Amino acid sequence: MSTLTQAGVPTTSDQGSQVGVPAVPLIDLQGITVRFGNRDILCNLTTSLRGRAIGLLGPNGAGKSTLINTLLGFHKPAAGSARVFGHDISRDIKLIRSLVGYMPENDAFISKMSAVSFVRMMAELSGLPSNVALERAHEVLFYVGLAEARYRKLGTYSLGMKQLAKLAQAIVHGPKLLILDEPTNGLDPSARQRMIRMIREIRDGQEMRIVLCSHLLRDVEDTCDEVLILKQGRVAHYSNLDEERRANKRFLELEIYNANGDFTAAVEKLGCECAVTANRMKMVLADGIEARDIFRVAAEQQVRIRRMNFRRDTLEDIFLKAMES
Amino acid sequence: MAVYRRNYKPYSGGLTPAWSRFLVLFRYSRRNLFHSKFLTGFFVLCFFWPIGCLAWIYVANSASFLAKLGLPAQFVSIDNKFFLLFMSVQGVLAFLLTAFAGPGLVSPDLANGALPLYFCRPFSRAEYVLGKSSVLGILLSEITWIPGLILFIIQASFAGAAWTWNNLWIAGSLIVSSLIWIAILSLLAMALSAWVKWRVVAGALLLAVMFFGAGFGQAINVVLHIQEGRFFDLIYLVATVWTNLFLVGGDRGISAGEAWIAILGYCSICLWLLMRKVRAYEVVR
Repeated sequence: MSTLTQAGVPTTSDQGSQVGVPAVPLIDLQGITVRFGNRDILCNLTTSLRGRAIGLLGPNGAGKSTLINTLLGFHKPAAGSARVFGHDISRDIKLIRSLVGYMPENDAFISKMSAVSFVRMMAELSGLPSNVALERAHEVLFYVGLAEARYRKLGTYSLGMKQLAKLAQAIVHGPKLLILDEPTNGLDPSARQRMIRMIREIRDGQEMRIVLCSHLLRDVEDTCDEVLILKQGRVAHYSNLDEERRANKRFLELEIYNANGDFTAAVEKLGCECAVTANRMKMVLADGIEARDIFRVAAEQQVRIRRMNFRRDTLEDIFLKAMES
Repeated sequence: MAVYRRNYKPYSGGLTPAWSRFLVLFRYSRRNLFHSKFLTGFFVLCFFWPIGCLAWIYVANSASFLAKLGLPAQFVSIDNKFFLLFMSVQGVLAFLLTAFAGPGLVSPDLANGALPLYFCRPFSRAEYVLGKSSVLGILLSEITWIPGLILFIIQASFAGAAWTWNNLWIAGSLIVSSLIWIAILSLLAMALSAWVKWRVVAGALLLAVMFFGAGFGQAINVVLHIQEGRFFDLIYLVATVWTNLFLVGGDRGISAGEAWIAILGYCSICLWLLMRKVRAYEVVR
């Protein structure tokens, strides 16, 4: 038996890179183009993704699933190259596959097999010895919440249970990258919550990186720290949600009482840009100005601030902007 | 009862060698086949004829028993014709076994889209086909050349070194003829089940390919007054190769070489059809 624990997975570099930011990108796309017949499904995609959990967003037909399938080696790129953990998909696809756990969007199961046999078989195909695979199959089925139903045939499972079984087979062999294609499809609200909680737990466990492909912006917002938005096979937008949130902390929305021109003038004197409509005010804070300075000016001008919000773009705003661009 | 929260634990243990992973499919598929009582019963039935042949060999080599019956010592001879007869019966049983077992190998994976789960792992399409076909390969070997070879060894032990030396080629013929039949049955059954997906229909189609092919070939021969229609008759082609391997029979319309080429052609077509369907996702262009 060979030991293949961390093989092929670059670790966090402490040489010149930020703490916690991997030196080698998780996914590196260099002008990748995928063509089916005469149609370009992915057009010259170039980007580098480094986050712990990356969301893939886009309308139907944007090329999200095709990108995932290309990274897994199911489709051959017509041009360009792609790397996962620094390994080229055209040369090291077996190594990449050994590092990846994949939960497909559509039904993927063998109806006459019990969940425990199915997950065990998938673990064995990933290289786990038979007895270890059985143990792991039980463990992950407990973990995803299918403990009671693990001896039932998969054909008798509800849609939500099938999703959980797909998740179980994706994580049973301890992959370094988990690719989830629409993991909350067909789940009721409580099952969706559970799935999101599990994805967050896996993300925070520091052992696995996640690529989540979803139509549901909320799912991506709840679980991901980076978002790649695709539109018609091209990169429409890429954003680091954490940085976006930090950057948007300079935008304030105020609801004020006793508004007067003096308050606006005083705020502008601080170097802030303002826009006032009736009793609402939007402003961009100047460097070195904090919210407490605004409260001080308001007190001086005898203006009452009834509400103050940090205005930040939601993922929906980001998505809509990307679609409009 | 203790209640505690289960956490996900990563795996960092050893891995099995990559070359051996196809055996995982073999084990699971074979176990799955024998869940069927009918198939298990039929498999047992396939050993009745070899047991009968074994008794025949015993009788043929037991001069005292033949004398008791008042039969001459050379009444029954164990030769190439005997082994061809053995193979013919076992060949039919192998065909029926394939019709029952073959379609259930690939179609369940295709029916519910399980193939991406195989191929997102370090497991290739070739390994998948090897794993699945090895199920039929071993199963059919167990009822064709393995009992055939056992019978040959038993006969050799009764008849002595001279007989063994003179008839050693029969052992080779047993193995080669079985392997051809196993290859064509396995590939045909898997290709049909990959394209049809519904196992009952795939089983019926296997029978249809064999028997309608023969009928179609015969019709061509009659209408066009040619012999080439035989190329559509798989059973005829295999029989031509077998009779040639066992040095039995005369002119059969087409030569053994042509039959070999035709069989290899059929195998290649089946493999091509199978590989077209055995992929993670079908691309609609």
